Order: sequence, then C-alpha cells, then structure tokens
Amino acid sequence: MPKDDMPRVTLGDSLRTHGISRRSFLRYCTMLGSAMALPPALLPNLARALETARRPSIIWLSFQECTGCTESLTRAHSPTLEQLILNQISLDYHHTLQAAAGDAAEHAREQAMEENKGKYIVVVDGSLPAEENGFSTIAGISNRAMLEDTAKHAAAIIAVGTCAAFGGIPAAWPNPTGAVPVSEIIRDKPIINVPGCPPIPVVITGTIAHFLTFGTLPELDDKGRPKAFFGDTIHDRCYRRPFYDQGKFAHSFDDEGARKGWCLYEVGCKGPTTYNACATIKWNQGTSFPIQAGHPCLGCSEPDFWDAGSFYKALSTPLASGGNGVWAAATVGVAGGVAAGTAAVMRRKKASKQREETTVDDLKEGTS
Amino acid sequence: MSGNELLLFARGPALNVAGVIFIVGLIIRLIEIQWLRRKHDNAPPHGKPWPQALRTIGNRFVPAPGDTRRRPVTVIGGYVFHIGLFIALFLFVPHIVFFDAIFGVSWPGLPNGIIDGVTLLTMAAMVALAVDRLKDPVKRMLTDKEDMLTWMVTFLPLLTGWFAVNRLFTGYDTMLALHLLTVELLLIVFPFTKLMHAFTWVLARGYQGLIAGRKGAAS
Repeated sequence: MPKDDMPRVTLGDSLRTHGISRRSFLRYCTMLGSAMALPPALLPNLARALETARRPSIIWLSFQECTGCTESLTRAHSPTLEQLILNQISLDYHHTLQAAAGDAAEHAREQAMEENKGKYIVVVDGSLPAEENGFSTIAGISNRAMLEDTAKHAAAIIAVGTCAAFGGIPAAWPNPTGAVPVSEIIRDKPIINVPGCPPIPVVITGTIAHFLTFGTLPELDDKGRPKAFFGDTIHDRCYRRPFYDQGKFAHSFDDEGARKGWCLYEVGCKGPTTYNACATIKWNQGTSFPIQAGHPCLGCSEPDFWDAGSFYKALSTPLASGGNGVWAAATVGVAGGVAAGTAAVMRRKKASKQREETTVDDLKEGTS
Repeated sequence: MSGNELLLFARGPALNVAGVIFIVGLIIRLIEIQWLRRKHDNAPPHGKPWPQALRTIGNRFVPAPGDTRRRPVTVIGGYVFHIGLFIALFLFVPHIVFFDAIFGVSWPGLPNGIIDGVTLLTMAAMVALAVDRLKDPVKRMLTDKEDMLTWMVTFLPLLTGWFAVNRLFTGYDTMLALHLLTVELLLIVFPFTKLMHAFTWVLARGYQGLIAGRKGAAS
C-alpha cells in the first residue's frame, strides 16, 4: 500500500468537486460539532480532520432489516452534505446502493477487507439469527458467518438502527428467526449502537466524523449509544414539556388538547423513557419530528420497544387491560371472605362454648 | 435487566400479582369484619343511632379540642401527611391515567409543580411523625415492627415517585419501575396490616357513632 494507506481523494477534495463551498462545509462542521457537544475550540480540528480525511472504507452489511435505515440515511430531495459525506466516505459494499451484484458484489467486500485490513469500519443494519438455522443468507453465506468474517479485521462496528443495536422488530416476540443484535455475536470489537427506527441521519455522520477527527469512539452510554446524541430523553428536550409540567394533556387524538398541541403523555408517548435526539435535531433537515406532528413517541431507539406494551397506552398504566382480572380477583376475594368469616364465627362459637366461668374464689386465688 | 425491562415487569406481571393479592385480601378482610358484627341489640335506643353514625364519620375529621396544643406534631403532621398523600395519589395526572386505565373514570389533575411541592411536604411530615414517635418514650414503646413496615411501604412510593419525576439517580424508566414495585409492595402488605384503616375508617367511625347513639352518649 502507498504511504498514506488509502489511495483515495480526501473528503475535502470530494466535496469541492461536488460544488460544496468551504463556507457551507464549515457551517456543517459547526452544526455537527454542536450536535456532538464538542467545545467550540475543537471545531477547527473537526473541520481540518474531516477535510483532509482519506475516505475510510466502509463495508455496510444489511441483515434482517427493512432498508428503512438506508432510506433514512441516503434519501433526500436535494443532496445534503450529510448524504454526500456518507456517499463519499465509503461504501465499498452495500446491497442496496452498490451497482455490483452476485459474485462481483461479494468480491468487492472481500477486496475492501483485504485492502484496508484493520482500518475499515463495518456498518450493520438489521439483526441476525444467532444460530445457523437457515434464516437469512446472502450469496449462500449465513448472516452470522458473514458478520464474523467481516468484523474480524474491522477497526470498529457501527450498529445502525434498532434491529442491529438491540434486535428490533425481527427479535420481537415470538422472534421466529432467533434474531439477536450485533453485540451478541461480536464481543471483541468496539461497537457503537446508533438505534432508531430509523436513526437520525446526522447521528451516523456525526459518529463517523468523530471517529475521523479523534481516531476514537465517541463517549457511549450504558447501551453503547453515543452520549452526545442519546444523552437526554425525548421528554426532557420536548417543546411540549411545559404542558406536561402544567398538567395540560391531550386525552385523545382529536380533542381540544390535541389541537392545542398539549403533551401526549396520556395517549401513550414514550418520550420520558426514550433517549434520542429527535426533539433537538429533528427530521427532514430540522423540519419536524413525530411529537411535533401530533403523534406520541414510540420509543423506537430503546430495546424491545415493539414488545413494550401498546404504543397508545400511557407509561404509568398497567400493561394488562384490567377488566376481567379485576372481577376474577373480586370473586375470589368474596369467596375467601365468606370462608374467613365463617371460620372466624366458628372460632368465636367454639371459644364461647369452651369458656369457663370465673368465680370470686378464682380471683382470690389469682391475687394471693 | 435494563430499566425498560424492569419497567415492563413492574407494569406487567408484578402489578397483576400485587393487584390480585390486594383485591382478594381487601375483600376478605372487609367481609370478615362485617361477618363478625355484634348481635342485634333489641333494647330501644336512647338516641338516634344512624344519624349519629353519619355525624361521627364526619366530625372526627376535626381534631378533639386541645389536642393540637397537646401533641402538635401528631395532629398537624397527621393532617399534612394524609391530605398530602391524597393529593399526590389522586391529583397527579399520570396517576389519574392509571386509575382511568383500570376503572375507566378520570378527573382533572393538578400541575406537576404543585404535586412536587406537596410530595415533599408529605415526606417531611412522615419524617417528623417518625422522629416524634421514636423520641417519645411512650410512643416508642407502642411502636412495633408492623408500624415500621407500614411507614416504610408508604414512604418508599412517595420517595421513588418524587425521584422519578425529578430524574434523580437513575433514568426515568428504572425509577418509574422502582416506584411501581414499591407501590406493589404496598398493595401486597396493605390488606394484612393497619393500612386497612384507609378503608375501615368509615366503618369504625360509623360503628362508634352507632353504639354511642344507641346509648344516648356523645361521640
């Protein structure tokens, strides 16, 4: 390999070729830096590192997924900087985006691995069957074998989307394929979880930018998510939070509260237990996010969100619908009460029968 | 176990088990108490038993004359605690949503800031009552393990609930789960301890009034 290891143009070159001005690039770096909560003094470093970064090789593995994550990350009506960075950075192998097919596609993956040994980043979307059970294979290779093989010489793995990070919908009950997240298969490589169904585009580019700038992984929370994006709950950053505090709630989707844009806690919002950046970064280039559109947060960036009870039941309510259970318990209670009452009455009668008369003499004996 | 998993356990199986124990236990105790009532008194009453029973249920909300001065902590602390607990339990919106999900009835709640302050006051009153109880030699002698248990299972839901709302120590999911689990502990302990007074106070006061009314005595 040549001296600089990766015989590719720099990101800066690539952006300039696409007509992105330095001003827009710096603006993007500032946005990214603030999204990642970097101190302003580090912004020039971020810009320099990104501009001069050789495009690292990224191998994108799609397993049991719906392509929603790729859609989220690449789809835009006008090409955005994020999209360009994402496209320019990478993608030696990506099922949906690569032109090659069949043997040629697999060959591209092997070649990228060989050429960038120890340096490439593996991005995974989708969960994968833990066992070699015949579910989900690509070019005859099981998902598990492909992941293990590809991850062997990777610098880091980014698990994009809730499926790759936590198992997601394929792992939802009854989990027919025995799906597990990446972290349950690969244990000896750094893994960054970028959950969401789908995740926010800037979160993935931000994570990659961090890796390019500092050569390290960003600080992660206990679920392996970059703290910069997953440090706060949706609820804590929600613009409707003041309504929660004031006790103003939408009780249904078409009542006065809903029309006035009040808090959606009562209609099942999972914002209080969901860590993500939707409320601050928002979607579609900062246009909106689900709560702003009047729909409660589903909690899609949390493990097991699909099995965590109804999307439309408030967090403080029982998972089971009371009704029959309450009546059954009440019936048992009545039966038990009658039994206990009868027993107590019988005890009383028995005690009354066995009662011995106390005479004055007994009392005298007691005191002597 | 992650916070979310714990929360699902607390909202699901744990709540179902605790709820069944609570309902079954409560009904058993109430029926048993009713079953053990005294024999019918055939003597003509000296006063008006039933009106006095109703009056006694109401007038015992007011402290006995001189009581407040004699034992201020017990009386004032007792009122602050009971009223505070009532407000925090029944006028906090996430709680109303909980009752609505089970019983299908709802009512307006109070802003969180008020509930927050009331909860703090309620906990302060509980601590004051506990300290008073342990410092006073007579009260300490009268205090048994059941008193400590009932104090604890009442205090913990208030504390964990306040932590959850204010995002202290852990994420909301874990603390909300702990809050629910402590409430479930309360529900399980409730029917078999003196906490039953939350239901039997009406019966006890009414009964006192009825007996006194029959005898023509004041109550």
